Amino acid sequence: MNRQIRRLFLVFSFLFVALIATATYWLWRAPELEARQGNPLLLVRELEVKRGLILSADGRTRLAANRRLELEDGRVWWLRRYPRGSLTAHAVGYSTIGRSRTGLELSMNDFLTAANANLSTVIDTTLDKLRGITRVGNNVVTTLDLRAQRAAVQGLSGMCGAAVAIEPATGRVLALASSPTFDPNLVEEDFPAIERIGAPCKPAAPLLDRATAGRFVPGSTFKIVTAAAALDTDSFTPESEFDDPGYCTLFGRRVFNFADQGTPTGFGRVTLADAVENSINSVFCNIGKELGADVVLEYAKRFGFYERPPIDLPSEEVLISGLYRNGRLYDPADPSEVDPGRLAFGQERLVVTPLQMALVAAGVANDGIVMEPKLVERIVSPDGDVIERFGAEKWKDAVSAATAAELTAMMVRVVESGTGTAAQIPGVSVAGKTGTAETGAAGRNNTWFIAFAPAEAPEVAVAVALSDQAGTGGATAAPIARAIMEAALGRNT
Amino acid sequence: MSLRTRELWNLGLVGLLTAAGFASVYIARSEVVSAASLSYAAFFVALFVVAHVVLRLRLPQADPYLLPLGGLLCALGLTEIYRIEPNLAFRQGLWVVVGVSVFAVLVLFLRDYRELDRVKYLLGISAIALLVLPALPLIGRTINGATLWVDIGPLVFQPGELAKVLFVVFLAGYLRDNREMLSYGTRGLGGLPSLKHLGPLLLIWGGAMLVLFQTRDLGGALLYFTIFLVMLYTATARWSFVAVGLSLFLLGAFALYQVIPHVQDRVEGWLDPWSDPQGQNYQLVQSIYSISSGGVFGSGLGRGVLLTPNGETYIPFLETDFIYSAIAQELGLAGAAGVVLLYLLFAYRGFRISMLAQDGFSKLLAAGLTAAVAVQAFIIIGGVSGLIPLTGITLPFVSYGGSSIVANFVVLALLLMVSDRVNRNAR
Repeated sequence: MNRQIRRLFLVFSFLFVALIATATYWLWRAPELEARQGNPLLLVRELEVKRGLILSADGRTRLAANRRLELEDGRVWWLRRYPRGSLTAHAVGYSTIGRSRTGLELSMNDFLTAANANLSTVIDTTLDKLRGITRVGNNVVTTLDLRAQRAAVQGLSGMCGAAVAIEPATGRVLALASSPTFDPNLVEEDFPAIERIGAPCKPAAPLLDRATAGRFVPGSTFKIVTAAAALDTDSFTPESEFDDPGYCTLFGRRVFNFADQGTPTGFGRVTLADAVENSINSVFCNIGKELGADVVLEYAKRFGFYERPPIDLPSEEVLISGLYRNGRLYDPADPSEVDPGRLAFGQERLVVTPLQMALVAAGVANDGIVMEPKLVERIVSPDGDVIERFGAEKWKDAVSAATAAELTAMMVRVVESGTGTAAQIPGVSVAGKTGTAETGAAGRNNTWFIAFAPAEAPEVAVAVALSDQAGTGGATAAPIARAIMEAALGRNT
Repeated sequence: MSLRTRELWNLGLVGLLTAAGFASVYIARSEVVSAASLSYAAFFVALFVVAHVVLRLRLPQADPYLLPLGGLLCALGLTEIYRIEPNLAFRQGLWVVVGVSVFAVLVLFLRDYRELDRVKYLLGISAIALLVLPALPLIGRTINGATLWVDIGPLVFQPGELAKVLFVVFLAGYLRDNREMLSYGTRGLGGLPSLKHLGPLLLIWGGAMLVLFQTRDLGGALLYFTIFLVMLYTATARWSFVAVGLSLFLLGAFALYQVIPHVQDRVEGWLDPWSDPQGQNYQLVQSIYSISSGGVFGSGLGRGVLLTPNGETYIPFLETDFIYSAIAQELGLAGAAGVVLLYLLFAYRGFRISMLAQDGFSKLLAAGLTAAVAVQAFIIIGGVSGLIPLTGITLPFVSYGGSSIVANFVVLALLLMVSDRVNRNAR
């Protein structure tokens, strides 16, 4: 029997070597496995790092800070707390043990945990670990202006919608708010409390960042893009005349002007500038038919549609704007698949985010150039040294400066005497455009206001979008936009 | 140096390692090495010194490595369990006391282990009875999808662990009696053994399948059946038995795979762990994370990421089935490979005893007991590291669990008895 036993031992030796090989294989794959969500080891290791602070634009106000937790076995973990609660919930996001991370907490994680290290600091941190010194992350200074942010949050409260304010010349995001909102401190402590929130929309989805990922129909605010196409291609001028019968004939059916202008009857003979001022659908319908859907979409792309705005948030939290079909982004190969008339006044399956429409307003305000939107101003080490500064970067050449000036003039008339008078700020000329998009159900309109001010030297561009509204954009969204602009311009009332 | 003196030195080494292990957990926990931590180690060493003295009295010629090997594995398990949950370590310590007592009683009072051959049928029937116990109403208990436990009052135990030893003793006796007939019996179609000689094989295969079906315990069924095949091969040298047996087992397992969802989950999780990392395959995926993260030398005892802030383990059943994953993280690849090599060394010493043994019963008994430990270690280590489908079973000497500890000390006692006899005759 000894031969059999010897063979058995050989078989077992082989099997046991296979076990060691398996452990070696997993060790070899460790770098890849460590990066996987759901691997508690990475998450826990990061809990031993005192994360950097997230600060508002003034560099002092703490939007995210740390809380020390001493474990039974003597280890120290650093948990997050958010001193401003829900104020900047969607932009800052959260970092938790149970539910991982969102917002800047996720996109800036490497900076916040000081993992953005070169070799020498890697050695330093290893030594620190051995010496038991807590690793401290770098601070992130955001572009968020808390006055504008507060105005946005207050304006939106009780509604479902979002607001974005951008500094046109730099792309700095001054405010980014979504409603209903949530208290990020509760994510770890009492998650069900967040979900229990009441809101006039269903689902309330308080965690969804409607500013960057909300799906809104742009309605008449899209007329700025159509008008940009009309002017920039030299097909029309602001003085081009149209005959408005009160409707536009599309495929043999009449599409009536919307009640933005408060009258169902036609305006008669009007110029393009009049049509912007009073948001006359039939005029834009005819412009769209004349230009063709491909030209209108081309100009939409020049403003950033069909591309993810390069804001420093996790890409899964930023929605691409454009035509959607069956829930998916859709770029028609054949322009005849799209109804150019309806496209021109912002219906026709267009889905946009408030961020994208703020970028349209900012592009017009910045002489036709769209800057990259950014939420982070600079990264500062715990000692106060600036590690990285994020300057202004051009994103898109949308239209010529001349076109931008013509668009601005028309948008100023909207606020002076058109559909957007609710956005007037005494002593400041405001350029704006209203939008009221029908979604097919009564009282479920998407209402909009996009604007910038001061018109002659813009310092702030905003977009406010609300869902489930019965009123018009001029009545519902414009006052919120005005409050945000006033706050950003330092005219807090 | 006499064998026993060599054993004592080995035990001294084990004692030092144990003290170092406990000290390092203490340092990681509270940054002080208190006298209590070392008293744990001292108590542990004292326990094994008692076993050593018993061997000196009764089995002076027994193998000097097996007891220290068992002790080292035990100490490693106890340290890791202590690091996970000190209360469990205390209970495990009590079970080691029970294990060593049973060991001592067997060594002292079982004058000649070959007497067991006479009662082999009784032992075989007892093994079956023990296996059936958990499936009985009132006392049977199902944990994690498998019905393996018996719950009588304050006592919860896994009779399958002890049945394993009885089963090996029975097979050693039975195969010794029938090995000629099985080895040289007429061959049926295609050179395969004829049906008459396949009879016992089919019977035990049927039993294994029945156990599997009753208890939903793939690991147990695999263990029993593999032990049987290993011993059958040792006795008869016929690969065809192994081939037929293995294909039968796979066939049966496949058939049951169709019927038992629990088995399906395990196989699918093995084929693609990341198909459902938060649900069905959570344990396996977490176990792989744990094994992969230790690096070459590990995070150090007490410094790995094993517990949530609430003190729960990230991997359920960490202290029993998944203890290897915890060791691999805290002691690294070096520690994991070390554990595997300890079992290999155990297998080497065990098979060596079997080869030196003179009579068929002793040979088969030693080979069977050794294979039982080695196969069990392979099934669970391979399972938690994704080499083979995951089936819950304890890691011999290391995992938390009273029945397992006691059963393995019985294995140790029997192996040393055979060894002592072998070495005496050789003199």
